[in-house]
Amino acid sequence: MARNRVAIVGAGMTKFVRRAQETAKELAWEAASKALESCEMTLADIDAVVIGSAPEAFDGVHMKSEYLSDGCGGWGKPIIRGFVGGGTGVFSAIQGWYHIASGLFDTVLVVCEEKMSSCQPHPQGAFITIFDNITERALGPNLLWIFALEMNAYMTRYGLSKRDIALVAVKNKRNAADHPAALLGDPNITVEDVLNSEVLAWPVQRLDVSPISDGAVAIVMAAEHVARRVTNKPVWVEGVGWNLDTAYWTNRDLSYPTYVEEAARMAYKMAGITEPRKQIHIAEPYDPFDYKELHHLEGLLLFDKGKASEATALGITQRDGDLPVCPSGGLLGVGNPISAAALMKVAELFWQLREEAGARQVPGQPKRGVAQAWGDLMQVGTVIVLGV
Amino acid sequence: MKEHVYDCTYLSEEDFETEQVLFETWVPQARYAWDAGIAIGRYLAELKAGRLVGVHCPSCGRILVPPRMFCQDCFVSTDGFVPLQDTGTVITFSICHIRWDMVRLEHPLIPAVIAIDGASPGMGILHLLGEVDPKAVRIGMRVQAVWKPPEEREGAITDIRYFKPLE
Repeated sequence: MARNRVAIVGAGMTKFVRRAQETAKELAWEAASKALESCEMTLADIDAVVIGSAPEAFDGVHMKSEYLSDGCGGWGKPIIRGFVGGGTGVFSAIQGWYHIASGLFDTVLVVCEEKMSSCQPHPQGAFITIFDNITERALGPNLLWIFALEMNAYMTRYGLSKRDIALVAVKNKRNAADHPAALLGDPNITVEDVLNSEVLAWPVQRLDVSPISDGAVAIVMAAEHVARRVTNKPVWVEGVGWNLDTAYWTNRDLSYPTYVEEAARMAYKMAGITEPRKQIHIAEPYDPFDYKELHHLEGLLLFDKGKASEATALGITQRDGDLPVCPSGGLLGVGNPISAAALMKVAELFWQLREEAGARQVPGQPKRGVAQAWGDLMQVGTVIVLGV
Repeated sequence: MKEHVYDCTYLSEEDFETEQVLFETWVPQARYAWDAGIAIGRYLAELKAGRLVGVHCPSCGRILVPPRMFCQDCFVSTDGFVPLQDTGTVITFSICHIRWDMVRLEHPLIPAVIAIDGASPGMGILHLLGEVDPKAVRIGMRVQAVWKPPEEREGAITDIRYFKPLE
């Protein structure tokens, strides 16, 4: 199938914060304006807008994309909102890609916004309804259950300790100390800090989890002929993939994310990647919890099953290691305004591959990176491969 | 890259606690009357009678629980309900110390995925464990349902209070 080549040409974001005074619409505008400014474009240059935002229950506003559309520059333009829970941020970039790859548009502004702080007393309340309304919600679940159940299944299958996994939280929170938009960067955090943090739902402790955050991220995508005019450093979308597992989550093997592997295989095939461990230079897997980074690295076929923690302990996933993982600081360090957090990973690859990541810059002139997000009821994988 | 970050205006917890911020609040009256459906309707009726049931897929031959009208793998109609035991094996568990709004619980809850005996391998359901020291819970532990007395059952998953260790 003939597809037009698509590049990312600009990116911008707000700072990720615990509570923003700005409304969701204002945050969306802040990120969108920064992204346009970064590539010296204006809204008049944009053909279509993709909006990403996760559960509407956070905002208590129905038809959230219509509410957000003015802040996203969507007025008087074709807009679309894709929604796959936590996988939304990467999926929005995928939607931006096929808008252009199909030949329908030359330029697309992708804006992902999340304001979690409005939901009282705690945004977890917005998540309770993802459990089956008849067979599960009566048991009084909270969102941490599914992560705790999955983390325990993963740890037990591969004989991993809490210490093995805590190394991920330490790495990412330290990396985030160099990110100007980060909420929880900490250059001095230790494994002991993570292991001594409050136990929420064992094996999940406070510092195993990313924070509730407000924030927005935007990227500008363009067809090749526009991209070459706009910038001398376009970052190409080389492959995309997404995949959904069954919602009967209690019937699945929770120790391995098969749906991430399927999504990665789809993206790698499109990108012509046959040996991901050699051909991928940076990875930004989804890390709302520390074990998820390991789980997803394995699903992305970058490490053998159960072996990502060993690689972490050896320093392979450090910013100066053989395969830098979450050089941004990830969700654990930069913050987790759901859909915005995942698009932040795409923006991070954009800055890294252009060698514009400042103090976070991965050495060795990386040429190709993969970003991945995950969501719904632990069942969706969304993957994008970028290259220069 | 600092120039690409909009330094938005952020608020402290104190700003909110001291009401330095203007709030609008809305309490939704979110009331729903759900139909239990064909398969789960029967599942709930059987729970009321003190039984766990699954369904059989004629294509892959698996016995699935919770019951479903169709096998999502084969995308064909399931062809009948199959009685299951009320015993099973813990596939994974957590020891949860907080409520959904992060208020700490006096006694932790132990949610678990339990593979039910009589269903195909790996067919788990979400439930709670009870009558057990949280420290003693292990993956692979054998458990049995503790039912409410018949007069208290209402056709709900909570007709099983929890699962307890088999020994």
